[in-house]
Amino acid sequence: MGSRFFLLLLVMAGLVVAFAPLPVQPIAPLERTFRIEARQFAYSPSEFRVNPGDTVTIQLVSTDVVHGLYIDGYDVSVEADPGQTTALTFVADKAGSFRFRCNVTCGAMHPFMIGKLTVGTNDWLVRSIGLALIAICGFLPLSSFLSNKKSSENR
Amino acid sequence: MNRFELTRLPFIKKILKSRYPQLAVFIVMLVGYIFAILAGLIGSPVGSRNFSIVFVWIAWWAVLILVAVPFFGRGWCAVCPIPLPSEWLQRGAVLSPPDKKPKWFNLRWPKFLRNIWMQNISFLLLALFSSVLLTTPNITGIVLAAMLVAAIGLSMVFERRSFCRYLCPVGGFIGLYSQTAPIELRIKDKQVCVTCDGKPCYNGSENGYGCPWDVFPGGLTRNTYCGLCMECIRTCPHDNIAINLRPFSADLAKPSTRMDEAFKAFIMLGSSMIYAGVLLGPWGTFKDAAYNVGTSVWLVYVIIFLAIIFIILPGLFALGILKTKSALPLKQRFASLATALIPLGLMFWVAFSLSFVLTNASYIIASLSDPLGLGWNLFGTANAAWQPLLTTILAPAQTLALVGGLIWSARTAQKAADKIKTSSIPVIAFCFMTTLVMMWLLL
Repeated sequence: MGSRFFLLLLVMAGLVVAFAPLPVQPIAPLERTFRIEARQFAYSPSEFRVNPGDTVTIQLVSTDVVHGLYIDGYDVSVEADPGQTTALTFVADKAGSFRFRCNVTCGAMHPFMIGKLTVGTNDWLVRSIGLALIAICGFLPLSSFLSNKKSSENR
Repeated sequence: MNRFELTRLPFIKKILKSRYPQLAVFIVMLVGYIFAILAGLIGSPVGSRNFSIVFVWIAWWAVLILVAVPFFGRGWCAVCPIPLPSEWLQRGAVLSPPDKKPKWFNLRWPKFLRNIWMQNISFLLLALFSSVLLTTPNITGIVLAAMLVAAIGLSMVFERRSFCRYLCPVGGFIGLYSQTAPIELRIKDKQVCVTCDGKPCYNGSENGYGCPWDVFPGGLTRNTYCGLCMECIRTCPHDNIAINLRPFSADLAKPSTRMDEAFKAFIMLGSSMIYAGVLLGPWGTFKDAAYNVGTSVWLVYVIIFLAIIFIILPGLFALGILKTKSALPLKQRFASLATALIPLGLMFWVAFSLSFVLTNASYIIASLSDPLGLGWNLFGTANAAWQPLLTTILAPAQTLALVGGLIWSARTAQKAADKIKTSSIPVIAFCFMTTLVMMWLLL
């Protein structure tokens, strides 16, 4: 009975960590512009962070061949010819961490030309760490409880 | 533990006993394999437009790591086309009863190499060149051809499937992770094997060939070295071989004490973490280093890669268990407790592959119509646009895989530690720390 109750508690705690909305600090949305240089097979800067609600403009500059920039989760993209600058504007209305990647075949390592945009908190990283902590902190006592129960039953 | 014998079902038994269904799959696979070699050598140099890259490293890899290995263990080895030409040369037949006279030298594999160190080395060799291998069609074509030639060459010198058992870079990790799969080939009654005359499952008979994997089925306790070729089901005169459904990771209850297998677990764990950082991370410097083979930065990458796998990860693991109380020497504890890294490594690969495969799966549709990248449009899908799939569920699915892998490995660590009467806490702590690193790299 005790172990079942403890397991139920763990599952409920896990569900809360996985699905409960994370606390957000209200920050006034800003207009933010980033100049990103693209070359085979990297972006510079390759990581940037904005706040939820910000209007983000990305100025993509290609320094060698034609490159693109597609943002996972937002499904928006832009392409830039060598030496040209093109702009992409969107509202960062989804929180979390998103990979952006080249969507124009630009050479051998093209599938791995990747950058990272974080909007507010990287919530799945926070949630996954929380779940891992619950798993470990809950697992050890539960497991030893079950082992003790098993050995006392065997006696 | 509960088992359900699949071979009790007449339909399944009939399919497994007959050589024809397996041969049909072998032939389809061999045609695909040879086409992948040709596509790599003569097709477009653009990886995303070439069958060899798209079907080998996206489609096949997805099926292998997300479905075949977790659910069917060595199921891929049962239909892998690589041994087909070599066995034909070795036996002089594909379907007819075996000839007792060996066709070539038929030597025993050298005793000092009867371990998986060669497979560890062959995997690492590919891993160190993986940025080029995964993206360059002609390199993929050459490697696939080299594997076929090596299998043929070895089969002419050594008996049975020496390439599969001792050299195949893929077979090594499939064997390791097959221990977690809910399927197994085992004997039904040990006493029947003890009294069996001539041991046809190992030596062959008029009904079939002796175990191509050099395994005596009567002694099987783990999936690691059974290639599920089904030959023993055909040769056993007592109908004593069964394919069973069983609980996941049943084999891990009996931890191995072999260092080659322990290091295989570290190699796979470390490689998944390095790939997650280098291939899927935002750091261009790492990608440059991994791709520019032969340059000084690549040499630095190689040194770091090998140091992580052979020094940092095993060193931290060994430090953790150094002070734990146990009657066993450190080496034996190290090998036994490394069993816990098997489910963890498998789930790291699942999490890594989900990202890689879902992002690039749409290339498969275009490549079907234009497999060589020569401007064909066989099914009207050659111009299908690239589009990542299911990006909204990617992070939750990766979290599930990583947290699930952590719980699975913690449970495995406890069982392994109980077996050798020591503490599992350092191993669980190691698994927790590596999982946090993997989460940071992927999410």
